Amino acid sequence: MEPLISHLFLQHYWWIIISILAGLLVFLLFVQGGQSMIFSLPEDPLQTTILVNALGRKWEFTFTTLVTFGGAFFAAFPLFYSASFGGAYWVWMAILFSFIIQAVAYEFRSKKGNFLGQRTYDIFLLINGSLGPFLLGVAVATFFTGARFSLNELNRVSWATGWHGLEALVNGRNVALGLAVLFLARTNGLLYIINSVNDDGLYENAGRKIILNALTFLVFFLFFLVTLLISPGFAYDPHTGNVFIEKYKYLHNLLRMPAVLIIFVAGVVGVLYGIVITVFRGSRKGIWFTGTGTILAVISLFLLAGFSNTAFYPSTFDLNSSLSIRKASSSYFTLKTMMFVSFIIPFVAAYIWYAWKAINRRRISVEEIQEEGHVY
Amino acid sequence: MIDVPDLTLVDWSRAQFALTAIYHWLFVPLTLGLSFIVAIMETIYVKTGLEEWKRMTRFWMTLFGINFAIGVATGIILEFEFGTNWSYYSWFVGDIFGAPLAIEGILAFFLESTFVAVMFFGWNKVNKKFHLVSTWLVAVGASLSALWILVANAWMQNPVGMVFNPETARNEMVDFWAVLFNEVAVSKFLHTISSGFLLGSMFVAGISAWYLLQKREHHLATRSLLVAGVFGLLSSLLVVYTGDSSARTLARAQPVKFAAFEALYDGRSDAGLVAAGILKDSDRKIGKKVVKDFSFRIEIPGFLSFMTGGNTRAFVPGINDLILGNPEKGLLPVAEKMRRGKVAQDLLRDYKNARAGNDSVKMSTIRKVFADKQFIEEHFRYFGYASVENPEDAIPNVPLAFYSFHLMVTLGFYFILLFCLVLFLLFRGTIAKQRWFLWILLFSILLPYVAGEMGWVLAEMGRQPWIIQDLMPVSTAVSRIGSGSVITTFVLFAVLFTVLLIAEVSIMIKQIKTGPNH
Ligand code: HDD
Ligand code: HEM
Ligand code: HEM
Repeated sequence: MEPLISHLFLQHYWWIIISILAGLLVFLLFVQGGQSMIFSLPEDPLQTTILVNALGRKWEFTFTTLVTFGGAFFAAFPLFYSASFGGAYWVWMAILFSFIIQAVAYEFRSKKGNFLGQRTYDIFLLINGSLGPFLLGVAVATFFTGARFSLNELNRVSWATGWHGLEALVNGRNVALGLAVLFLARTNGLLYIINSVNDDGLYENAGRKIILNALTFLVFFLFFLVTLLISPGFAYDPHTGNVFIEKYKYLHNLLRMPAVLIIFVAGVVGVLYGIVITVFRGSRKGIWFTGTGTILAVISLFLLAGFSNTAFYPSTFDLNSSLSIRKASSSYFTLKTMMFVSFIIPFVAAYIWYAWKAINRRRISVEEIQEEGHVY
Repeated sequence: MIDVPDLTLVDWSRAQFALTAIYHWLFVPLTLGLSFIVAIMETIYVKTGLEEWKRMTRFWMTLFGINFAIGVATGIILEFEFGTNWSYYSWFVGDIFGAPLAIEGILAFFLESTFVAVMFFGWNKVNKKFHLVSTWLVAVGASLSALWILVANAWMQNPVGMVFNPETARNEMVDFWAVLFNEVAVSKFLHTISSGFLLGSMFVAGISAWYLLQKREHHLATRSLLVAGVFGLLSSLLVVYTGDSSARTLARAQPVKFAAFEALYDGRSDAGLVAAGILKDSDRKIGKKVVKDFSFRIEIPGFLSFMTGGNTRAFVPGINDLILGNPEKGLLPVAEKMRRGKVAQDLLRDYKNARAGNDSVKMSTIRKVFADKQFIEEHFRYFGYASVENPEDAIPNVPLAFYSFHLMVTLGFYFILLFCLVLFLLFRGTIAKQRWFLWILLFSILLPYVAGEMGWVLAEMGRQPWIIQDLMPVSTAVSRIGSGSVITTFVLFAVLFTVLLIAEVSIMIKQIKTGPNH
């Protein structure tokens, strides 16, 4: 008898969870986006302090989401975890290094005796803020453009280039998505500042910077999107498991899955609406729309990469080594067990929301920071 | 089919994992311990309403924050290193090992990081009760983080709850509860978190002693000493108790590790427990390995047999019995395990050939064999031995295991004594006058760090050559990347983490010298 919940269903279920985590992660990269402007946005040390403290109260969420994203991939699609991390070694290592230096930077920067001096920690924040989103974008772009690896009959990965992942950086489409993610993160960072900071100088500077960052994001994103929709993609045959190139694969996917199309359009509209009301109406609530839009758009991109018999981690070196959600997934039992665990996620989201609200009750200003005593 | 990579790659990958894990473990136990101590102090504050307790809570909380940040920084790298450096391992066990890691993220890390924010920034925004609950949730979250990662680690020491699937060439989970309540996991978790509690208490006690030596903050120091003394005594008793149960569990799950940390070569009944000893090269050999045996030892007669078997006549197998076999006691020689492991690996190869030849009948027969209880018991459980070259390669580094174990145990008893003295002198009211004792307390801060790291060296080096006991040796698990890349990242980690450690210690010291100023 067919079980009520099939393995295929669970694979799709877990791919959706991963997509949601990815969407949240890209939204939360607003912390990084803000950091990337640590030297260009504030005009004096006081403004820097406010900026850093406003961002610093959220860095843990981004970080933890990244960790959970990694953990969920490991548990649900271990073959991806082993193939990508073990092969594209240098890209992932670069991402990790940029997050290691972030984690200490907030807590250490303004403390006495911090050994490296405040400026070094601020540079750490700048590096993480720029490199983190960019490299994560590049890594995700390889879900569409492919990587050069092969798997043997025991599913052991070999990488075909000595660059171990760095080769992804010479592909224009990867770089375009990397830059798009970076500038989206910066836009979201600015919107967050506008929303949660009570400082006229910072508020005005942020408002001035939005247009350029948003436009840059749009240019790179459109370039990536257009090339994605006209380029051939990696399809697999569910009966034989063979992977083959299909013309306009991602365009087909989009048309074949109207729900994904709707999510995508809603996402893009949300992103634009948030920017428009901020720029033209001086609204302070833009982050909620652009943020939600970001989450939806990223989810739809991930669904495009993984659903509808597509190889989500294609190998351009050996087509049949490409990973699809069927091939890369954990066993039925593991996915089912973890599905029960995933039912806790709404509860987690609820308490995060509650705690976030509780701390953000007032806009952040110099007085507010001094009152709380824990200053970054 | 399973080729052996060059050894420099394996060694550097091991070195890198060891380096990053050892650094992570410098910060984690303090998080585990200090979070509870802070929560206890805040509880007293909320119950009594005394501002002094709030001031104490906030002071120790600041130190917690400094340590927490760097603990997080060193943790992320470990998680991803399974993929980057042990990629084949990640595939071979991802179905089981990945799950606790993911659960840890969903269940523990979010709890911790969400309420850490409330703890630091919520003093004036949420009410007292909510704040207190947040502080407790941080502490619980920290221990939950430890739970899941230790469940994963325990599975590597004692793999249970899975079957091998020849189609995917990996182990697949069939019993989640067996993985969670693995006997090694239970004792490991309790022992490890209590060692963190102990370390946190020692930290608070040592710094409080320093204030007393400086004749500053008398009130804060003596009250902190009281909390640390009580919590420390309880946790050091728990550490010794759970350490003992860890050892008993190992006698069953990893007898070679057990024999190694006792440096017991020839199994016997009426075996004595070595309290102290010195190991030297002897003129005996096992295979090509020179035996390191005692040139001196102090022994408690019969006690080892008593501990493992419940009575002094119980037989405790030694390294010789476990490597060369002991038919009388039903112990297989490693050579035989190698043969049996090879049967299992050959069967996997047959499966792959059948698959290539599209022979579905043969494939389904072989699949059944791999799921067969008797085959698992007699052959598959020795799967990894097929990749072992000589029987003596299954012996871990005996002196390392022996010394690390004995140093840890000695310290365990030392801490009990120390915390008893803290409480005794506190109640006599003379602690501030016993300057020698305060100095001892101050310098003892380092000792739980030593004990904890020794514990991990024992646990991890003592299971060599296995990354998963009996199923996968480290050489098979490693990612195939140039050793040059691994050497480069090793050096980068070594430099970066060392710089961050210096910064952390220096900030801590400054903060302590400044003292509480709220
Ligand atoms: C303050 C730290 C501390 C202290 C005083 C002790 N331990 Fe420990 N020990 C640890 C901290 C630790 C640890 C860091 O938590 C380890 C490393 C791996 C693990 O599971 O816990 C450990 C491991 C560990 C192991 C190996 C577990 C394995 O391989 O899976 C054994 C057998 C013991 N301990 C036994 C003891 C005994 C009998 C002690 C005292 C009488 C003792 N430990 C004191
Ligand atoms: C190799 C194994 C380990 C991995 C992969 C790992 C992974 C991680 C990661 C990713 C973080 C950062 C989480 C965040 O975003 O907040 C972290 C922090 C933490 N880990 Fe580990 N960890 C390992 C070993 C351990 C052990 C053995 C313990 C405890 C027994 C432990 C306890 C903690 C705790 C309490 C934290 C919170 C931050 C801190 O304490 O400083 N970890 N770990
Ligand atoms: C944070 C505390 C830990 C410390 C200090 C620690 C220490 C070490 C050391 C010294 C080694 C090197 C052993 C050798 O290569 O000879 C090692 C290896 C390793 N440990 Fe741990 N360990 C810790 C926690 C963990 C946990 C919780 C896990 C798994 C969940 C784990 C998994 C591994 C793996 C996969 C290796 C590499 C393979 C090997 O060399 O055996 N470790 N660790």
